[in-house]
Amino acid sequence: MKRLAFVFVLLIGLLLAWAARDFPTWGDPEAPASSSPVSSHFIANTGIDTEVPNMVTAVLADYRGFDTMLETVVVFIAGLAVYSILGGGPNRRSRDRELVVDFEPDLIVTNTVRLIVPVIQIFALYVLAHGHVSPGGGFQGGVAMGASFILVALAWNLKTALIRFPIDRCFMVAALGIVIYGGIGLLSMLLGGEFLDYAHLSKVLPVSPEMARYHAMLGVEIGVGFTVTAIIFALYASLSTDGRMRDGL
Amino acid sequence: MSDSIVWIVLFPLLGAVICTLFGTFSKKLCYPVSVLSMALSVWASVKTLIQAMHSSDHQVSYILGGWSLDLFPRGVGIEFRADLLGALIALVVSGVGFIVSLYSKIPVQRQTPGKEPMYYGLFLLQIVGLAGITLTGDAFNLYVLIEVAALTGYGLIAMGSNRAAAATFNYVILGTIGASLYLLGVGYLYLKTGTLNMLGIHEAIETHGLHESPAMQVAFVLVLLGILIKMAFFPFHAWLPKSYCHAPTTTSCLLAPLVTKVMIYVMIRMILSVFGVDFSFESTWWAEVLPWLVVVAIICAAVMALAQREIKSMLAYLIVAEVGYMVGGVWIYNYFGLVGSIFHVISDACMTLCLFLGAGIILEKCQTTHFDGLRGLFAKMPLTMIGFFIGGFSIIGLPPTCGFFSKWYLITGGMVSERWEYMITLMFSTMVMVVLFFRLIERIHLAVDESGKNLGKGHGDLGLTKEQTRFDEAPLSMLIPLLIAASIVILVGVYNQEVADQIEIFLHDFDLPTGVHYQ
Amino acid sequence: MFDDGSILNQLLIERLNYFIYVVLLLIGLWAMIAKNNLIKKLIGMSIFQTAIILFYVSIGVKDGATIPIYLPEHDPHGSDAQRDLNGTGSLLIEPQVLDASLIPQYTNPLPHVLMLTAIVVGVATLGLALSICLRIYRAYGTVEEDELLIKLENEDARKKGLPRKRWPRRKPTQNKPGSSIKNKKAGLPERTRVTKPDSARSRKPRNQTNRADRTGPESSHKSQEIEKKRPARRKRAKSSNPTKEDNAS
Repeated sequence: MKRLAFVFVLLIGLLLAWAARDFPTWGDPEAPASSSPVSSHFIANTGIDTEVPNMVTAVLADYRGFDTMLETVVVFIAGLAVYSILGGGPNRRSRDRELVVDFEPDLIVTNTVRLIVPVIQIFALYVLAHGHVSPGGGFQGGVAMGASFILVALAWNLKTALIRFPIDRCFMVAALGIVIYGGIGLLSMLLGGEFLDYAHLSKVLPVSPEMARYHAMLGVEIGVGFTVTAIIFALYASLSTDGRMRDGL
Repeated sequence: MSDSIVWIVLFPLLGAVICTLFGTFSKKLCYPVSVLSMALSVWASVKTLIQAMHSSDHQVSYILGGWSLDLFPRGVGIEFRADLLGALIALVVSGVGFIVSLYSKIPVQRQTPGKEPMYYGLFLLQIVGLAGITLTGDAFNLYVLIEVAALTGYGLIAMGSNRAAAATFNYVILGTIGASLYLLGVGYLYLKTGTLNMLGIHEAIETHGLHESPAMQVAFVLVLLGILIKMAFFPFHAWLPKSYCHAPTTTSCLLAPLVTKVMIYVMIRMILSVFGVDFSFESTWWAEVLPWLVVVAIICAAVMALAQREIKSMLAYLIVAEVGYMVGGVWIYNYFGLVGSIFHVISDACMTLCLFLGAGIILEKCQTTHFDGLRGLFAKMPLTMIGFFIGGFSIIGLPPTCGFFSKWYLITGGMVSERWEYMITLMFSTMVMVVLFFRLIERIHLAVDESGKNLGKGHGDLGLTKEQTRFDEAPLSMLIPLLIAASIVILVGVYNQEVADQIEIFLHDFDLPTGVHYQ
Repeated sequence: MFDDGSILNQLLIERLNYFIYVVLLLIGLWAMIAKNNLIKKLIGMSIFQTAIILFYVSIGVKDGATIPIYLPEHDPHGSDAQRDLNGTGSLLIEPQVLDASLIPQYTNPLPHVLMLTAIVVGVATLGLALSICLRIYRAYGTVEEDELLIKLENEDARKKGLPRKRWPRRKPTQNKPGSSIKNKKAGLPERTRVTKPDSARSRKPRNQTNRADRTGPESSHKSQEIEKKRPARRKRAKSSNPTKEDNAS
């Protein structure tokens, strides 16, 4: 069986290598993808359309903002599904004998983490907000923020982290993130534009259409950050305790 | 409202978010919210279909983000495009979702108690994914929507019993391979053309003459292989019977009619709108080889369905056979075959819905779907059985149900393009399905014990007590959706000419051979 | 061998990025198909998706180009921007469309955007698949695919009353010092017995199955015939529907 799979996989490899003869060479600036009007428009016009220096954030949150909303929905789905597959409802039978782990949180670790976690969270907020001018954005900042909660859970125990961020609040915050994202899009639609057409927000905000896009992008990144933070922590809580929400790792 | 096309996707999304936000406070809120959001989504898709029918070029186009289409090729934003094909299938998706959401009250309470907010959240997000797949006009957005539909599917199935979770793992692996191969194919297309919009890719292929390029051939293979894996085409069908058989009732009622059919829509869209008729059928070797693979697929699936002793796994193998019909209808490279294939997508969604709703009711009332537990059911639940068998007759292909008309077009296509192997296989599998369903009818209406001996005519002689044959119909919230589905099966059959007209208007834009007899 | 124009040069030097991604892809695909352990399959899935991400990112590379964030001289809000220091502080030069000759200076931003989405989708799928693995382990006590298949078939056979399959034959492992005598007696290799979750240890009584898993009255009927061959440990009620009342009898 393994040999058969190996042969099959090699055949696919040969097929892909056969196709590779036709590709442009690595780094060719005249390649169809690199010289196409779409990417040229992104590079040339991001400044004038959105006044955001980071082209990747502009494309992610504005030109292809619907993809990003769906990506946020995918993260949300993952959190929901993991929680419900591992039996997160009240139906969860507690017939399994629970491992009672008896230990004291270590002094050095807890005090170091006590100093580090606020710095991590501020850095996460910085990455989120500064995604307009440097690499960063909602996903990156959200993961760092979620990791700070996971660090609390690792240094003390999961219960300490869950006191600060209970699991049902996790899902509410995650849903709130999608509400923020969709809400900005819906607001644009109600003001007369298409869904996620932020320029129309200049009718309610006292800024030019380009700066309205700038600020709306920050708004959607905040929404994304909420969802990712909450779901990263919910994933950790569900997976490390097998759905029981008691002490695991 | 010219943006009703976006509302098809937005209403279920809003419903899912409301279910999750407020569901933890009040579990009773989830069912009304989901029914309401699905009803609004059906309304939006009806409006979109009417808009598409009355517009000048028979399509509705909407750029998310408001970027204009003037920039070649077709703008820089993401486009939602509903031509007649997409609008029809979006209507089918939201309609089936609405019917299943009506049906879902009792099964969800029984099988996944306490998890209603999450179940309905995943349910509505699945509809978002499926409806989005039918409406989007951007190749990468299609990948993200395929993953939305897939992930919610995995969650919905694995929420059930342990057996369902074990079956889902295989589904996850195969589904990820399929979606990733599609993504790789889109990457090759982007590499050679520089754009992601579907019509833009088509224009770029035509302008730069990329028909003979090996990268394009491999991109075609990768995209189609990915889609074939996701639609459970033989030999990649192994994930389907086990997953759908052990899934919770509402999940199988939602996924079975829709997921594979939407993937067939994606295949048709890729062939017609992205790669173009010339490239797909004439520059590649698929049109010669694939009908033979289809023959093997249909025969194997029909034979496996005969071997099953349980309703749901039998129906799952029937889905694999129906997928074979539709793939064959596309690849025989004929106008009637494509009309038949698209019509079959619509009718198969309706009749599979009917059958799975009926199987769910049987599971609910008799606690079993095994053949031996079905004796005397007609006396107990006559309306359910009538609805179930309307679905069965449609699969066999009896007029006036819609299955008859779609088979008619498919067989005409096979005859006209002189693909006798496909035609003969269709007829053979029809015979097998006749055997399948009449065997069921025999067990349910007449009295047959395990060795096949007839205990007597009529349900009075079944040897069952009066208690067991007392009239005990399904609860209304489950019965009415089944009857609605059964009547849709008949209505689509009666009004088949109107539906076929719309499909033919869509297909006029493409240059397909119609054969020598019909001009 | 590697001179210009030869096939090896074309494949391995000019288009090295495609060759690397093909190799990674094949490793991931082979692991997903051929490996027996479910977790190893998931690692293969992760490698497979990473290979595709590398492919996309390498599409956007241009020789000598910098990252897709505006350099300060092109940035409307950058450090080189002229501001009206006397009055409002607003910009003296409005943002403008970038000159076409400057476009090859910046990498194509679109593949980066697409891959941000693909990475997030891959993480979500991996999280979901791991939760399914946890659920399988909790229910069946194994993450090896062949053992899992045998357990599932046994479960089916138990419902129908058919004889059950034996465990797959494995090569006998070396008995390490301190291995339990229980394992030696059972004749099974150690690793199938070492860590069993509590739920699998507490055997469910035979009649109590999951509601959704039941297949009907046939199980009790066939078991009456087989009862003669097997020592009857429990009395089976001769009703046609196995319900919870049967356990009491």
